[in-house]
Amino acid sequence: MSEDISLLNFFVFNSEYGPREGEEEKKILFYYPGEVDVDTKIKRVGLSEAIIKFSETFSDKPCQSLHTQKTRQVFYEPEQCFWIVMTVAIPFKEKIKDGQPFTEYRDDHVQDSVYEAILRQAYKMFKLFNGTFTTILARANGEVEALKQRLEHFYDKYLLTLKLAQGDILDVFNGIHFLPLDKNTYLRIQCFINSLEATFPFVKYTAFLYNEKLVWSGLEQEDMRIMYKYLTHSLFPTFMEQELHGGQNRPPVTSGHYGKFMTGPPNLNDDRNMGKLPRVYVNTEEIDEECYLLVYTALSATICLLVNVRSPLTVPLCRKLDSMLGPQMTKLASDISEQYNKRVAALNSTEPVFKYVYFNHMNLAQQTTVHIDLQKRSGVNIHKDVLRLLGDINADLTKENEDGETIVKTTSDVWVVGKKSDQREFYVIITQRTANLIDINEEVKRLCSTYLNSIFFLD
Amino acid sequence: MDNDNYYIVLCKNPIRFEPVSKVNNVFFDDANKQVFAVRSGGAMGVVMKGPDEKSSASFRMEDRGDIISIKFSPDKRILAAQRSSKTVEFLNFQEDLNTDQQEYSQACKGKTTEIRGFVWSSNTEIIFITSGGLEHYQVLPEKRSLKSLKTQALQVNWYVWLGSSNLLLISSGTLGNTLYPFQFKTPGVMTKLPKFEVDLPAMPRPQKLALLDRDVIMAVIYENLYIVVLRHPPSTSTGAEIVLYQIQKEGLARKTDVLKLEMSGRFAINVVDNLIMVHHQASKTSVIFDIHLEGKSDGYVTYHYPVLSPLGIKPFKLLLPSLNMQAGTDRAEYNCELYSANWIVFQPDIVIDAKLGCLWTLQISLNPLVTMIPDKDRLIQFLLNRTDSKPVILNVCAQMLVPGKQASLQSLAKVYDMLNLTYKQHLDIQGQLSAGETVSGTGNKKVVIEQPDMFTHVFSVFEEHKDIKYKFIVAVLIEYIRSLNQFGILVQHYLYELIINILVQNNCFYQLHQFLQYHVLSDSKPLACLMLSLETVYPPAHQLALDMLKRLQTANEEIVEVLLSKQQLLPALRFIRSVGNVDVVSARKFLEAALNTNDNMIFYTVFKFFEQRNLKLKANPRFQTGEHCEQYVQQFESLFGYEAFMSLPTVQ
Repeated sequence: MSEDISLLNFFVFNSEYGPREGEEEKKILFYYPGEVDVDTKIKRVGLSEAIIKFSETFSDKPCQSLHTQKTRQVFYEPEQCFWIVMTVAIPFKEKIKDGQPFTEYRDDHVQDSVYEAILRQAYKMFKLFNGTFTTILARANGEVEALKQRLEHFYDKYLLTLKLAQGDILDVFNGIHFLPLDKNTYLRIQCFINSLEATFPFVKYTAFLYNEKLVWSGLEQEDMRIMYKYLTHSLFPTFMEQELHGGQNRPPVTSGHYGKFMTGPPNLNDDRNMGKLPRVYVNTEEIDEECYLLVYTALSATICLLVNVRSPLTVPLCRKLDSMLGPQMTKLASDISEQYNKRVAALNSTEPVFKYVYFNHMNLAQQTTVHIDLQKRSGVNIHKDVLRLLGDINADLTKENEDGETIVKTTSDVWVVGKKSDQREFYVIITQRTANLIDINEEVKRLCSTYLNSIFFLD
Repeated sequence: MDNDNYYIVLCKNPIRFEPVSKVNNVFFDDANKQVFAVRSGGAMGVVMKGPDEKSSASFRMEDRGDIISIKFSPDKRILAAQRSSKTVEFLNFQEDLNTDQQEYSQACKGKTTEIRGFVWSSNTEIIFITSGGLEHYQVLPEKRSLKSLKTQALQVNWYVWLGSSNLLLISSGTLGNTLYPFQFKTPGVMTKLPKFEVDLPAMPRPQKLALLDRDVIMAVIYENLYIVVLRHPPSTSTGAEIVLYQIQKEGLARKTDVLKLEMSGRFAINVVDNLIMVHHQASKTSVIFDIHLEGKSDGYVTYHYPVLSPLGIKPFKLLLPSLNMQAGTDRAEYNCELYSANWIVFQPDIVIDAKLGCLWTLQISLNPLVTMIPDKDRLIQFLLNRTDSKPVILNVCAQMLVPGKQASLQSLAKVYDMLNLTYKQHLDIQGQLSAGETVSGTGNKKVVIEQPDMFTHVFSVFEEHKDIKYKFIVAVLIEYIRSLNQFGILVQHYLYELIINILVQNNCFYQLHQFLQYHVLSDSKPLACLMLSLETVYPPAHQLALDMLKRLQTANEEIVEVLLSKQQLLPALRFIRSVGNVDVVSARKFLEAALNTNDNMIFYTVFKFFEQRNLKLKANPRFQTGEHCEQYVQQFESLFGYEAFMSLPTVQ
């Protein structure tokens, strides 16, 4: 492929703004790339708006995407009259046919479901750090400029981190990896968190993760979903990189534990430096509640403490937190690690000949053996075409919204089975050249009864 | 209770006896807990009073001189009385405590030996402790004579007898600190246990008796036998100590605990409910020690300090016939003098005021202690070892949850762990007993706080106090469930129900979901049903309920019911096929549900499914009359016509 899926433009507009001719520019709240001249911006936004309006005549559902030979445009209306539009380039290949050079566009490589999901994520990530568009406007007394600044500040950086070419079924699910854990350890973590929240009442919500897998969330599901995305795709990798490169000059470990703040004070002896402390907006108890996100880590365990911005947070307070969190988190982390390593060893000893992706819409739990690591940093271990096939089967099953099953055999002799049963989806990739449909059907039944025996998953 | 500031109390109804006087002598036999009032050497009557009404008696004896010691055999059929240093006289009694007045006697052996005392080791065996050793006799009441069983030569300073364990302790040697324990467990057998020496704080010069009988008692504490020795300090600047020697199984005594008194002077020791109670006469206060509470250990010996600072015994009022008639009452209250010089204490828990004619048992009142021990951890540990402390413990646990007095979660965690440790031990013993095994050490009399107790008496606080934050309630319940799980105790359904209700009332569905995901709330049919009822407010509850029913493996019928009620006909059919239930399910139920969907295709499919089943089971696709499907057959015909029925197999 000579050309990957790339971002052509990304813009946010409000269809109510600038209703009169000549004032169209007022509609535009954000436009990427910024260097494009105003006329082009107005034209593009105007065209999108026209398409949206036009398609409204045919369907109750809002316009989702627009396919052209060279581009794909996806639309999303997160708040009343606020639209976000993203256009990506269709990958192509220069070919020679009958001695004539021509460009072959691979329209099928760009899946609507994937890029619609990426667009939704882009909005939710903005909302996590800034609140809704409506809230921003309300706080700025309707001053649109404030919203524009926020959008620019956020998306200028965010869009650079988008890895569009890597979009796949996991973006569609946008799920959470949960840590499998025995009941007693889980209860100990629960009690630790309860005791923490009781000792430090200013800690409003807590989330506990181990090895980037979620163990407990005091936040509501949707808040946790986007927070999880931020933690695993942005904060953790950045922090790890810093640690690898020596990080900041931290005082040597004299406390007898391995705990440290990932966000917040870099040095607990320096009372004046609270360090970088992100603010996030969550909707667990009230709409757009602004909280500090204090993240603390010990060994592989991480705890996120959300503190309402109305409660003052100081370095001495963080020292108190550290003295409780440090020893207890260190102990918990090493106990979990013992159990976790046993589990991993047990899994590795019975290396399955198949790969799978699992997702439960009800609790957002997802699992994958298709991806080398959970956060897609090291790529996938199946062919790109097969990965795309998963996305296609998913789109089909979603459209029907009924339980069902699809079995596909690819030209490369790979069997792909997608099953959906009461809000759960299970995709299996089996490489068995000689197998026939009956064999595969039996094999999948066997897999379901071994791997999904504890849940109600119909064959 | 009018005064809650005292925790050591004298029993309400003391045993009253005639006070000591010129004509009346009083004796106490601590082995049988009997007090004897002997008037004029017995000629004017002997009144014996025991711990209960039944064991009281009065009789007459011939006056043959002053009595030194008087004791009944344990079955009260033989009375032994010592009137001289040489002999002990015996008198037989009938069951109704009538006596024939015919005495017989036994003299000690040797011309120069003197009888120091005697003890009954069984109904017909008696031991004389003489200056020259022990003489073990069998009493033959019919023959009115005694038979010598064994003698043991030993220099004797004094002795202590513990009737409940049949253990005799002899002090020997110039200093008196060489102690010889003898056991009389088997009838007719005297077992000599290894002797041991008690270390003395200072060597007296010249050498004389340094360990006195009033400073040594024997007691059973937490089912172990101890020799309790009061050690007076060499100088008054340091406090006295009590040293505990535990008699091991092999009979060897080992110094295990030291109790620091931080006072000096005269002390009296009692043992009440496994607590060592020390009375200090000078300050008129008492302290208690609990050797099961944590102390400071040097690896060999554990050092303990009093559970609480010194405090007096609760004042005691005695109702006496009044002389002052003007008061209008015929009885007057008399304030007994506490720690009186007339007091004598006996083991384990007896106080006698001979001048007053009162015998009390000492008791511990637990309620006042609750406010005196602020550390709840220690308090519960202390209470768990007391008898009848269950209501007090439950009350303490409940108070720990009440707003204003709320304990920290860490403190609750420790308390629940303590409660559940004894709970688990109790369950294990129960399990072993029901399995028909013999269990060693079943005498664990610790109070057991079980889940129903917690539910009814402690967690009920949540109902009474609506101002408790739900977050705290959930944290407390999770803490309790964690503790139960940690000790491997099966959690009862009502605790789950309680926590679920609280989460639901506060819209914490996602938390609930996570608890279920990690199986914190164990699977059960009632829990699954509860989840199903929540589906309207929290849709994922449906999935959670179905998963649970699936895992239970005994709830296939319920699964079918759930699916049918959700009009999920095809999944229901697939489910019965997957579990091999097709042949037994009721066709009528499925057809009815199918018709209710108002989807003709579904109805058609289900109908055809059961036609197939009929064909397979009875070689005929038609429904049998017993299946009550006529209505649906008609419906099918009206919808799809007669031709739609599966054709009957051709008869060949």
